[in-house]
Amino acid sequence: MKPPAFVYHRPTSVAQARQMLRDAGADGKVLAGGQSLVPMLNMRLASPKELVDINRLGEELGALVVDDATVRVGALVRHARTERDEAAHAALPLLRQATRCVAHPTIRNRGTTVGSIVHADPAAELPAVLLLCDGRVELAGGGAIAAADLFVGPLETSLPTGELAVAAVFPRLPPRTGTAWVEVSRRAGDYALCGVGLTVTLDEDRRVSAARAAYISVGPTPTLIDLTDAVGGQPYDRADWAAAGALARSSVAPEEDIHATADYRLHLVVVLTERAGRSALSTMDSVVV
Amino acid sequence: MAAEKTYEVSLTVNGVPHTVSVPARRLLSDCLRHDLRLTGTHVGCEHGVCGACTVLLDGEPVRSCLTFAVSVDGQSVTTMEGCRSALGGLGPVQRAFMECHGLQCGFCTPGFVTTVTAFLRENPDPSAEEAREAIGGNLCRCTGYQNIVKSVLRAAEIRRTEGGS
Repeated sequence: MKPPAFVYHRPTSVAQARQMLRDAGADGKVLAGGQSLVPMLNMRLASPKELVDINRLGEELGALVVDDATVRVGALVRHARTERDEAAHAALPLLRQATRCVAHPTIRNRGTTVGSIVHADPAAELPAVLLLCDGRVELAGGGAIAAADLFVGPLETSLPTGELAVAAVFPRLPPRTGTAWVEVSRRAGDYALCGVGLTVTLDEDRRVSAARAAYISVGPTPTLIDLTDAVGGQPYDRADWAAAGALARSSVAPEEDIHATADYRLHLVVVLTERAGRSALSTMDSVVV
Repeated sequence: MAAEKTYEVSLTVNGVPHTVSVPARRLLSDCLRHDLRLTGTHVGCEHGVCGACTVLLDGEPVRSCLTFAVSVDGQSVTTMEGCRSALGGLGPVQRAFMECHGLQCGFCTPGFVTTVTAFLRENPDPSAEEAREAIGGNLCRCTGYQNIVKSVLRAAEIRRTEGGS
């Protein structure tokens, strides 16, 4: 199908974009990569009256900046760039690990990291990554919203009406932290039936000091679970990831849909937690060898 | 109902500059097919799943059905028609698809050809596994993909031995 008619705005500055969004109020929607929005328009699942196209704001929103504390991804940074950026990968390997699983390369050429986050699809990878890193989204009007407060429900965030997210800020993880992203989908590039991002931090004796995981497609929002109770204090090579999987399983209540039963999703939570735990440690050669 | 507002959009398509006047909601796929009469770009699912409408935007594969023409004003687009060889006739990827029977009905083929053209520029000597991954975002309901993977590898061979994009 074809998208419904809308009033089109093409601001030339973030300030102007914000004003347009404020004027449009609940009728307005931001167009960045459009890889989630345009399908919804084409299928007439959404019909915003006004679209504010931020694709010309590359100067203000196109930067990906890595510093000692964070990776800051501007609202016009496409997935493909987040995935390929070597400095971002060195600072936070989880970003590339997860972004590689976002749809297909062709979609990643156009879709944006920040757009995926504020779209808040419970099956999407980047919202879970932001949550797992205790990240935040910065607003054009100043201030930021912490990931923990951002995801309210499926496709629903606490971003105020008329506000524009200008960047996602991913804090870097503590030293001796390994990460992994694993997921299962029916076909390559499909939304995951279940996906897990996991971080595990070792102490100086190479015992697990902290482990956390964020799960997608098993609830209305990405679900963060602290696994330290199951694996904390254990030597890195004998950590009981099966126990971590069991702990995660008891903490989620996925629903059944056409793609998978709730039981199958619970099974995946267990299996993928184990896989992610081992994989995260395997990326820490310099620490564990 | 008042006539829908239109916008002047300038696009360089396969090296040729065009200016069209289209409503904001005109998809790039429809702009190419209807406004510019370049029907080599095919429209399958129209929600980004099938890959038939894939074109190169400033050299990078994108779904033209998920892109508004107005949003890419001033940019360059390469379509199936632009994947011919510089001298005319079939380009290396098109030739490989013909030689290896990489198509049957041909509906999905433009999306494969554009995707593979960009892929081989980045990775001129792919493994079969890499070729398979590169076409993961394109659906074909005829071939079963085996001959498409062969076509990708054959296209790489043609490019290496005979040059061409």
